[in-house]
Amino acid sequence: MTTTEAAPDVIKPIRWLDFLAAFRAWLFLGILLITFEIWAHVVYNSTFLLNPFNVQSITVFTVTPLLLGLGQTFVIISGGIDLSVGFTMGLSAVVTAHVFNWGTQFGSPVLSLGLAVFAGLAISVVPGVINGLLIADLKVPPFIGTLGMYGVARGVAFLLARGTTVPVQNGLLGAIGNGTIAGFPNVVLLTIVILLVMHYLLSQTRYGQHIYAIGGNVNAALRAGINVRNDTVLLYILSSLTAGCAGILYTAKFSAGAAQAGEPVLLDSIAAVVIGGASLFGGSGTVIGTIIGALIIAVIQYGLVFVNVEPFWQFVAVGVVIIISVLVDQIQKQVGKDGANG
Amino acid sequence: MGRMDSVSVPSPLLEAENVSKRFGGVHALKEVSLTLYPGQVLALAGDNGAGKSTLIKIISGVHHADGGKLRYAGREIKFDNPQQARDCGIETIYQDLALADNLDVGANVFLGREPVRRILGLPVVDRRLMREEAQKTLRALDIQIHRLSNPIRSLSGGQRQSVAIGRAIHWKARVLIMDEPTAALGVPEQRKVMELIANLKESGVGIIFISHNLIDIFQVSDRIIVLRRGSKVGERRTSETNSDEIVRLMVGG
Repeated sequence: MTTTEAAPDVIKPIRWLDFLAAFRAWLFLGILLITFEIWAHVVYNSTFLLNPFNVQSITVFTVTPLLLGLGQTFVIISGGIDLSVGFTMGLSAVVTAHVFNWGTQFGSPVLSLGLAVFAGLAISVVPGVINGLLIADLKVPPFIGTLGMYGVARGVAFLLARGTTVPVQNGLLGAIGNGTIAGFPNVVLLTIVILLVMHYLLSQTRYGQHIYAIGGNVNAALRAGINVRNDTVLLYILSSLTAGCAGILYTAKFSAGAAQAGEPVLLDSIAAVVIGGASLFGGSGTVIGTIIGALIIAVIQYGLVFVNVEPFWQFVAVGVVIIISVLVDQIQKQVGKDGANG
Repeated sequence: MGRMDSVSVPSPLLEAENVSKRFGGVHALKEVSLTLYPGQVLALAGDNGAGKSTLIKIISGVHHADGGKLRYAGREIKFDNPQQARDCGIETIYQDLALADNLDVGANVFLGREPVRRILGLPVVDRRLMREEAQKTLRALDIQIHRLSNPIRSLSGGQRQSVAIGRAIHWKARVLIMDEPTAALGVPEQRKVMELIANLKESGVGIIFISHNLIDIFQVSDRIIVLRRGSKVGERRTSETNSDEIVRLMVGG
């Protein structure tokens, strides 16, 4: 039984754990970078972090899981999940490649590029709208609804690609996808722009605030007059759109659209969101957290290759980080509850 | 029944006249009337299924009455949804409080009505304003909450109840419906909430108070309406009755 007098006693451990929980992702990232840096110095007498090539590779490598995890962050904060993003990305990649090829036969690669990007985004909206309506109107559990869409998007993407990858004929797309501005890869710069928009949306707007409220207590949100239905539909559209962006950037980078482009990255992208501090029960998470989470995964995967560890250890390492991350979250929540209830 | 004889008789804030409600074959509410004056606490007593929650859901716009009339400040009213009731100044605090545990006090007070300022033309939720306004309201109610920027998950049950009440008051509630406000609280916190209700009375809010706890009802209410199986079986001034009589009315002995 708590009395008001007892409250000060429980503040300290909560603060301490809050801090650890809030900054765990930064902590992981810091430890990883320092470890690899020391390793590089001791074993190879070189540097890991200060090598621009490494930094560039890691950031480019981060783009896909990060974009897939970005809309996912919104969805997970609301208490949902979107399993369809991997193949939505593939669908968008294939459509982008097809439309670009179709356009370039009539000349004007630039116009075709615009058309291809538009088509890639437009097709990615379709699974999002369907997911949103299934979940918001028909009350299908997000896990099941988006799992169904995972299958549908997968099938359609492979059908459109005729079971193979769709190479891009004109060089413009590849030139953009692999180009740099002042040393920064274009794909990374574009991703940063998308990140800024999404960060603003989540952290500064009423819509973002309402997503947190929906994830925290959907009944409270409803009674407060928040349009939970429309907000939910928009969530899954956003998730699909960022996946579509990932697909377009994939096609640009590899000069080919592949239906399976996002498949191996889906779980990494969810892992990035969770490592970044989001709870799968909804109510918490940030764009910055997801960025750090995606960077952690990329640093582990790239770093272990860099130091010549067998690549399969990546899976072990990422898995361990996910488990630790969720454990910290659980312990902090438990202690927080005990503190409030006595 | 009980033409109310408070010392200075103000006009009634809220009146329900012969309100009825059916759910299929179940007659959940049969021609129940009540009158609520500003600065008064009206307690609804009754066993489970007596119709208490059906009655408050009609007043707060969740259900439509099948028969009867509602008047607010003398005007006849009909609510299509809870938002309209709230816009009218009728706020309901449900047992579960309807708070988002992951948000801070300010965000909860302003839930769904967040103020926005512009930075470089872009709309941005004004968190500082929310926090300051919430603090002002809570202070006016003599509610102490430190760490206003923490998620309210870290608050105690009584503090959370205070936040829910503070939210209602911040949005100028003139009628406050409280469903079992002390049910989930420890004894010291119950006392705090009862004090808060006394404060609200003084500031002229009309309160409809639902409780299973007769001690609370007698401590805080001015009048008691007893419901049984959807009908009003009695209305007493609290000062002129005792718990034996109320219990008798409740169980129909």
